[in-house]
Amino acid sequence: MLLIKNGLVVDPATKREAALDILLDGEKIKEVAPMGKIAAPADVEVFDATGLIVAPGFIDLHAHLREPGHESSETIETGTKAAARGGFTAVCCMPNTKPVNDNASVTRFILDRAKAAASVRVWPIGAASVESKGEAIGEIAGMKDAGIVAVSDDGKPIATAKLARQVMDYCRSLDLPVIEHSEDVSLAAGAVMHEGVTSTRLGLRGMPAAAESVCVARDVQLAELTGARLHVAHLSAEASLEQVRWAKSRGLRVTCEVTPHHFTLIDEDVQYDSRFKMNPPLAAREDREALLAGLADGTVDAIATDHAPHEPALKDVEFDRAPFGILGFETALALALEQLVHSGRISLMRMVELFTTGPARVLGMERKIAAGHPGDLTIFTADQPWTYSVKKSASKSRNSPFDGRAFKGGAMATIVAGRIVYRV
Amino acid sequence: MTHRFRDLLALEPLSADELTFLLDQSKPFQEIQRHSLKKLATLRGKTVALAFFETSTRTRISFGTAASRLGADTMNLQAEASSLKKGETLLDTVFNLNAMKPDCLVMRHAASGAPDYASRHLDIPVVNAGDGTHEHPSQGLLDALTIRDRLGTIKDLNVTILGDILHSRVARSNIHLLGKFGCRFTLCGPAMWVPRELEKIAPGTPIRCVYRIEEALSGADVIIMLRVQTERLNDPPLSANDYIMLYQLNAERLRLANPEAIVLHPGPINRGIEITPEVADGPRSCVLEQVTNGVAVRMAILYLLVHGSTETDTHPALEVKPKESTHASD
Repeated sequence: MLLIKNGLVVDPATKREAALDILLDGEKIKEVAPMGKIAAPADVEVFDATGLIVAPGFIDLHAHLREPGHESSETIETGTKAAARGGFTAVCCMPNTKPVNDNASVTRFILDRAKAAASVRVWPIGAASVESKGEAIGEIAGMKDAGIVAVSDDGKPIATAKLARQVMDYCRSLDLPVIEHSEDVSLAAGAVMHEGVTSTRLGLRGMPAAAESVCVARDVQLAELTGARLHVAHLSAEASLEQVRWAKSRGLRVTCEVTPHHFTLIDEDVQYDSRFKMNPPLAAREDREALLAGLADGTVDAIATDHAPHEPALKDVEFDRAPFGILGFETALALALEQLVHSGRISLMRMVELFTTGPARVLGMERKIAAGHPGDLTIFTADQPWTYSVKKSASKSRNSPFDGRAFKGGAMATIVAGRIVYRV
Repeated sequence: MTHRFRDLLALEPLSADELTFLLDQSKPFQEIQRHSLKKLATLRGKTVALAFFETSTRTRISFGTAASRLGADTMNLQAEASSLKKGETLLDTVFNLNAMKPDCLVMRHAASGAPDYASRHLDIPVVNAGDGTHEHPSQGLLDALTIRDRLGTIKDLNVTILGDILHSRVARSNIHLLGKFGCRFTLCGPAMWVPRELEKIAPGTPIRCVYRIEEALSGADVIIMLRVQTERLNDPPLSANDYIMLYQLNAERLRLANPEAIVLHPGPINRGIEITPEVADGPRSCVLEQVTNGVAVRMAILYLLVHGSTETDTHPALEVKPKESTHASD
């Protein structure tokens, strides 16, 4: 048994922000009661959360754990260790591994590896199409049976509108969300950053914001046609957010996520440093402002990291040749505090929602601090200063633009299924 | 006045004062081009590595000539894309070259920012000889030198650049240099090649994008032509006939510019496409002066970076008394 006491519980599901103690028994929450009111057995393990915030376990809807196939960049073991350090209790891993997670055997392999080596829960996302090639539909029912929580051809969109429609139809019948990496690949071809004054000045090929929003427009129309649950991954452009707003206003089952790097950085931050290269690329100042507004007004459902490790040998090349993607787990919470909470844009409660009940809803799950619910908790400080040093990262890779950044607040302990998997 | 340059990666970060210094340093080397014996011993014993990861003829020869006229030895690398196919990274290639102990690395690369990236990993000076669609600093300098010689000033001129501006590193270097001296820019070409974002790439410099050549040429003091790259004509597919009809610089259109207006072209010229032979070979054309000045500018660059980084005494070229310019200096 584990008693978390003296903390400030922030729980969006019950809308409670109060000094509560939590008793965990086995893998579940046994009791939640006002501070000092739980009569725990004498041999209980006690975590003193004085001055800390106790939240439901954070969920990351979007991560790349690279196993199987790209173990030199990350493994399920190292990736989930980094996730735990960031306060995440569950991570959804994208299927663009080698082989692609497009059938039940790969899904089972991932879950077996997770069982053996993962620090946090691993929820695989299956490929929408075989090898994510956009030709035939993947073994989605089989993967669902094996344990996937959604489908996606992440790294690229489902190749054609026709196949996207068919996948949505199929997934509606299976009650799985379809996660789209929305990008018109012809508009984005050859681009390495956002198209704007900065790309023009640097002479780097840009993709217009429309490369994303054109595809989001396609997908929300198809969501309306099919009634499917569509989730827009790593949304970065103001115009895309408008599409999601439109879809929500029509009552469509459309959700979206935003990454910490997109609400923190903009295209003007790009020099010729590949740690600032990701897809979708860092967008315009106005796009970032729109994302911040969307995070505040509820249009955005979740903060997701798009944790995308690349070993130095791949990433340390000229900007044009570097692969897209940056680390995300260990800095997500600190960036959310910095950009959203400390700046006064949103409440602590809303931020916790974006990491917990928000992503849970996308997956059709619940996240709640109440008796009988899973013992997944994220305990964090909102104000203690620290500095991120990527060379001390638990990840195998080092591709973070936030190396050396001073933060206020971050994860202090991560509890998964009643067990402390990380503590400072 | 002296300035110290560790590298020459771009003109954008340089001040008007530093740019003037670089131009002034080129003057004695211009003079040397007129001598029958052109070779100096200034950089004797020094080695300049010429690493051209992208095909180049004139810039490579110009830098090579500049190095040899300063008395330096050169090592040449013509890698293009082949070494990438063999799996060697840019950094490995550059480290290998550096292990042969050159005193300076002159680098051309198809990726914008590649020299900047390499310089962060090297302790020898790096000269950008053209990176992707970013900058071509020595071309920007030689253009400015040519304009200054012809018009007597590079201040407050109306400069028109014609062609594929979006993909031109020359245009960017021209804008960042001449913009510091109060020049106003008119960029003109097919709209796909002249995006509005270009108007904001150099804050403080007036830049306008127009799509009619007549409007672009009106009132121009300097016309900088860009080579229409035939590969660009294919992306997007664009009719060469359309281009000629809309944007070719011919004698009739040239009359719309100021009477003293000069025409520059970084070469190689596609005669009959972006420019008619009549204009290219006419009295307003500065094309061959640009090439001659290119050697002088590159001598100055190598001198300042290689010699300047190790010693402080004046170089023999400075003892050559430059002939007084007929024009006022800036």
